[in-house]
Amino acid sequence: MDEGVSSTKRPRLARQARMVWDPVRQRHVLLAPEGVLLLNETGAVIVSLCDGNRTVADIIAELRQRYDRVVEHEVQNFIARLVDKRWMELHDA
Amino acid sequence: MLRPFGMLAELTYRCPLHCPYCSNPLNLEDYHDELTTAEWQRVFAEARELGVLQLHLSGGEPLLRRDLVELVASAHELGMYTNLITSAIGLTPRRAEQLRAAGLDHVQISIQADEAVLSDQIAGLPAFAQKLAAARLVKSLGWPLTLNVVLHRYNLDRLDRILELAESLEADRIELANTQYYGWAWRNRAALLPSKAQIERAEAIVRAAQERLAGRMEIIYVIPDYYSQYPKPCMGGWGRSQLTVIPNGDVLPCPAAHILPLPRVSVREYPLSWIWAESPLFQRFRGTDWMPEPCRSCPRRTIDFGGCRCQAFLFTGDPARTDPICHLSPDHWMVEEIVRRANDDRDGQGEQARPVPRVFVRLPRQRQATTPIGGLRGLPNKEGK
Repeated sequence: MDEGVSSTKRPRLARQARMVWDPVRQRHVLLAPEGVLLLNETGAVIVSLCDGNRTVADIIAELRQRYDRVVEHEVQNFIARLVDKRWMELHDA
Repeated sequence: MLRPFGMLAELTYRCPLHCPYCSNPLNLEDYHDELTTAEWQRVFAEARELGVLQLHLSGGEPLLRRDLVELVASAHELGMYTNLITSAIGLTPRRAEQLRAAGLDHVQISIQADEAVLSDQIAGLPAFAQKLAAARLVKSLGWPLTLNVVLHRYNLDRLDRILELAESLEADRIELANTQYYGWAWRNRAALLPSKAQIERAEAIVRAAQERLAGRMEIIYVIPDYYSQYPKPCMGGWGRSQLTVIPNGDVLPCPAAHILPLPRVSVREYPLSWIWAESPLFQRFRGTDWMPEPCRSCPRRTIDFGGCRCQAFLFTGDPARTDPICHLSPDHWMVEEIVRRANDDRDGQGEQARPVPRVFVRLPRQRQATTPIGGLRGLPNKEGK
């Protein structure tokens, strides 16, 4: 599914998943049952902003303060992929 | 260098169950000399340095290790995602709470069937009620729950009810894995292999359930490779992303590889990093250079890596041949022969093979002659008893 997620949703990492820094590979990784996802720097920043309080719109706004080029649907698709895996939950306002 | 992501730590081969499809070795009594707590902790630390992020604690029954909580705590402190693969026998509320506090991330419980009679016959132990209680306990403690179901001739027709059970237990994941024929399962393959009709019905049920439960429960279906055209990409390739450490400290590219006529290598003698990167065992089938035809020139050689070395060995006596599962393998007729026999109408033939239960191994300290248990007198024959 590549529909992205609505900008008013508040994403939060699911309880079964967690993000850790891997000193061996020198990058953040997401760990979940039978799954490892290597994150690039932006991916790690997005996951860390998914705290259940910020909306998707808030997250995109924060990313825009840090990075020059933030493509809204790319962020939404990234979150949607994690939702599909059930590693991320979407909460309503 | 490719770094491993996952390590399977088979802490012990002792197990209270007697499942006839167990992939543990037939000579279970040769593995009494288990690594100590300190040895395992050192192996975990070496594994983390090597890049391992997922630690699967299995066996045998890992709960039979009295130091399990300690081992989980060590792995957790190293930053690994810890995964307990258990029969659930011995997962008491107290033990579960200790494991939760030690940082255990995920629990996988084996289920043999959807109801007690068949389940207990397959397991060789009245375990069904304990398994359900343990599954509920896992959920109540907030763990993600996976149910592991090994599929074979005797439970494949109950798949819809097995899925209903998983749903009622609110499992987050269910792994429906057709039996992989190694160890005890290889010995029992004539009895366990399902018919094509069974497989087709099961696959339709799986597809429907995957659609119906999307977003609620993840359903992983491991195909029965005897019925597929191409072999499975065993372990994602030899020495490529996974490794296994067995109870006595031997390290293997896959949990079945102890059967192969290759030099063994142990964490008691070498550092894990050397074993992974340089040992002859891990180099032997890494990459594609070792491949014979038809693999060598096949466009799928980096998809399935020539299939499974253990399967090639079990069928042909040579682990360097193409996995006979592949329809392009010159040895494929051997698989076809077994499949043909499994699809003969065996009713009324009176020749149906009976599965032999995995033989129980006593605790090392009380060492005695291994005791075969009552047997699968229990598994239903055509009268259903």
